Amino acid sequence: MKNKKFTKFFVVVLAFMMAFMMAGCGGGSGESADSGDAEAAGAVLKIGSSGPLTGGASIYGVAVKQGAEIAVAEINEADPDFQIEFKMEDDEADGEKAVNAYNKLKDWGVQVVMGTVTTGSCIAVSAQTYEDRIFELTPSASSADVTAGKDNVFQVCFTDPNQGVKAADYITENFAGQKIGVIYNNSDPYSTGIFNAFKAEAESKGFDIVAAETFPDDTNADFSAQLTSCKSAGAEVVLLPIYYTPASVIMKQAKDMNYAPVFFGVDGMDGILDMEGFDTSLAENVMLMTPFNPWSTDENVSSFVQKYEDAYGEVPNQFAADGYDAIYAIYEACKAAGVSADQANEEICDALIGQFTGGFSYDGLTGSGMTWNDKGEVNKTPVVCVIQDGIYVDK
Amino acid sequence: MIFLTNLINGLSLGSVYAIIALGYTMVYGISKMLNFAHGDVIMVGAYISFCGTSYLNLPAWVSVILAMIVCTALGVLIEGLAYRPLRGTGSLAVLITAIGVSYFLQNAALLIWGSAPKVFTSVFEKFTSNISLFGGELTITWEALFTLVAAVLVMLGMTFFTGHTKVGKAMRAVSEDNGAAQLMGINVNTTISMTFAIGSALAAIAGVLLCSSYPALMPTTGAMPGIKAFTAAVFGGIGSIPGAMLGGILIGVIEIFGRAYISSELSDAIVFGVLIIVLLVKPTGLLGEKITEKV
Amino acid sequence: MKTFGKRKLSPYAKDSAISYGLVTAAFVIVSILNSMGLVSSSLQGQLVPICCYIVMAVSLNLVVGISGELSLGHAGFMSVGAFTGIVISGILETSGLPDVGRLIAAILCGAIMAGVFGFLIGIPVLKLRGDYLAIVTLAFGEIIKNFMNIIYAGKDSTGFHLRTNPDLGLEPTGRMLLNGPMGATQVQRIASFTAGFILVLVTLFIVQNLMNSKQGRAIMACRDNRIAAESIGLNVTKYKLMAFTVSAALAGMGGALFGLNYSTLLPIKFNFNTSVLILVFVVLGGLGNIWGSIIAATILTILPEALRQFADYRMLAYAIVLILVMIATYNPFLRSRVMMLRDKIIPKKDKPDEGRKPRTRRKKSGKEVG
Repeated sequence: MKNKKFTKFFVVVLAFMMAFMMAGCGGGSGESADSGDAEAAGAVLKIGSSGPLTGGASIYGVAVKQGAEIAVAEINEADPDFQIEFKMEDDEADGEKAVNAYNKLKDWGVQVVMGTVTTGSCIAVSAQTYEDRIFELTPSASSADVTAGKDNVFQVCFTDPNQGVKAADYITENFAGQKIGVIYNNSDPYSTGIFNAFKAEAESKGFDIVAAETFPDDTNADFSAQLTSCKSAGAEVVLLPIYYTPASVIMKQAKDMNYAPVFFGVDGMDGILDMEGFDTSLAENVMLMTPFNPWSTDENVSSFVQKYEDAYGEVPNQFAADGYDAIYAIYEACKAAGVSADQANEEICDALIGQFTGGFSYDGLTGSGMTWNDKGEVNKTPVVCVIQDGIYVDK
Repeated sequence: MIFLTNLINGLSLGSVYAIIALGYTMVYGISKMLNFAHGDVIMVGAYISFCGTSYLNLPAWVSVILAMIVCTALGVLIEGLAYRPLRGTGSLAVLITAIGVSYFLQNAALLIWGSAPKVFTSVFEKFTSNISLFGGELTITWEALFTLVAAVLVMLGMTFFTGHTKVGKAMRAVSEDNGAAQLMGINVNTTISMTFAIGSALAAIAGVLLCSSYPALMPTTGAMPGIKAFTAAVFGGIGSIPGAMLGGILIGVIEIFGRAYISSELSDAIVFGVLIIVLLVKPTGLLGEKITEKV
Repeated sequence: MKTFGKRKLSPYAKDSAISYGLVTAAFVIVSILNSMGLVSSSLQGQLVPICCYIVMAVSLNLVVGISGELSLGHAGFMSVGAFTGIVISGILETSGLPDVGRLIAAILCGAIMAGVFGFLIGIPVLKLRGDYLAIVTLAFGEIIKNFMNIIYAGKDSTGFHLRTNPDLGLEPTGRMLLNGPMGATQVQRIASFTAGFILVLVTLFIVQNLMNSKQGRAIMACRDNRIAAESIGLNVTKYKLMAFTVSAALAGMGGALFGLNYSTLLPIKFNFNTSVLILVFVVLGGLGNIWGSIIAATILTILPEALRQFADYRMLAYAIVLILVMIATYNPFLRSRVMMLRDKIIPKKDKPDEGRKPRTRRKKSGKEVG
């Protein structure tokens, strides 16, 4: 019975803790931000974001955060009349946590949401921003469901179906008559979304997918069985609509089994060359569709890459560029619409929707002349690159 | 030929599971706790080895030894700080603490090494060409071969150690009856620490071998292999050393065959389905001891 | 013991009353604060999930604490309930039923479906013991997750379609309800805090009445000594299966409410980590202790949010808090110290607890492990 009594006592202690925490949460509703540039003169536009900063998907969230922070620093320095305060919360790539993070941002007084990074959490959050009338521009959540039915949500990246179709079209044109294999992650909405669109387009274009293999969400997945299937089916082109971490393992295992098809990646493949310790010769001649080429000679790109490397010691990937572009797109649209930071979020939302659907065009790192349609999808040209000697070469 | 390729792939994956499962089963056998943090010790081992070769430019074998030393220390530390205070309070409390340790290690690794995945350089890098049979139709990687050999060696070594050395016998005594062992003059605390030391050193080796075969290294690297290896240890009969080996190999082979011949979408479901069927037929795993219950 | 007979309420009834009172008071206070605008958006957004996790924790406590079997796959039943609820709600969307009606239908169907799964899974699972049983529940949890990844469902004017591939052949006006790994999207969020509160009360009512019934005592007898229970003629499998099925059905209710609180839900949400999270609530709150589960679920759901100020160190802090709390709660030495401290502060009264010792005591460990 000691046990019992103790448990009771413990429960009482916990109850006090809970009451305390609830009070803390309740009292904190008017809490001001802890970030340093809050005391800058005049109103400051509060841009909030959430993404996975911990957990398995944290590479994407951290990249977006770092890219966005560079953009914010640049804007705040260059434009004293328009100051931005940026805050990014962790959502572990989970819808529930993302809604929590968004609510936390609301307590902070967020005016525009730049996020979220991953698709699942973005769908969850965008339903809330739609109700709260807060403008949302996601850097990298690519499912069509992110924007569907919500007039206030826009994307910087391509949608998954769009990428799948573009990949199928490119393969039809350039690899006519060859056998195609696919390895995709069947527990990932991004990967499955691209694959389903690719498959539908492939059927209409009349080329054959000889092997469509899947793998579960697991960083150290073994791909030997999938590669064996592709190899024995004679696939000459293997589409990898997946992120670069599993792709790096696939390339290593393919080499181990003397299988050398043309690997064709989508934008998730970007970043593979920057993996610490990656033998870039494995990725030689890999083709990928990416909106962002860090080795581009474009002036803006090289300046961004330089700043990013100085600040974080690594080459930025597409997610970082997406984050950077998203902040700038919001900034330029605000300028064009004459939005000022002291306006209510509903007004800002309406003004920005007007801009984005009204022919606003933005030249960014991930594409020049980006425009948006009223569905919230971006219109920019995908670039197909091929990896040669450890850098991207435009195809 | 495809069948052979798949079989070899299965054995290769299975021996990685086996070597992790051996560490699991060892700790379970003696301390009767499910150490859910074992998978994360593996991850730490892989990171240490990675740092050794990439940052300190140590030769591969030195970095492996470094990883083993660090993991041994880590294992003893975890046991002393987190598990020992809870000894004798029931397996569930320790289980939850182990989960806490697992979260802790993952997040500490995230802070130390960052979120970006690192590509682990195989410790068998020097053997550049793989073993090629039947005119290149069938290739066996050195990693696969070494992992299998290592798993067998570890299994034999552990069987010998627990059966024929003084410390090993003490471990078995502790596992059999904690109190009686203490009465016989065995220092239970030291023995359990020793078990964790050995289990964690094995985890370091497992980490290096795991990442040599599947080179993406992230803070979450150990989580899923840890669960699979836990499954393997139960499959073979938890607490049994040959059982862990057998369970690991079988889980690996079933996973690959399920993926290759049935459905790659349902490969996990197939593995777990087979596990359930086996456990229904043999409720204590393939080589597990029968439990007799008394009132 | 001598005071025992004089008490108006039986100890069980008293505990039940405390639980209902506690929950109702919390609901009323939060609702009042909410109407006064004193609750932050952050907490507001967590009210429904907290209710769901309370239901999950209490229902898991039925299996782990009351029935004495370690289950590592509870999220699987939550998943079944959640997706069933979403599908039902989606089908009824055009039926003109009010939101409340749809929510009730969804929760009931979620409970039934999860209960059926619990029953079917329970039959093989409960033949096993100890850690072998635990691993099989883990296996079923993973299998459910795996199957959810290949299920596609949609509806159009011709009716409801369910396939294992995305080609449902829907009419253009049709709507995808479940989309494989993309899960459910465009879910109408009809869950509310009041619904959550009622669900918690219903769960408490079911679990506490079960505990106080003949069946409940049989379940606990099977936990405390299986062989002795068998020898007096109790059908152990039947009682364990009863606890398991009821627990699964309750988890399905919690899942349905959870699913309808978000506009999207991915199958991968209900993975091993979620199962473990619920188990943490149960163990931290005390095995067999229902209101312990309630409070632990509430605190541990709020805690990661409350730790946001630690930014990057948030989850590290969470892990440390978890370890420390476990040690502080269960360490024999610390525990005796805290007990002494407590006795000093609160003078000892009579010991009415004496007669109910077995309630929260779980069979001593070691016996049940393999």
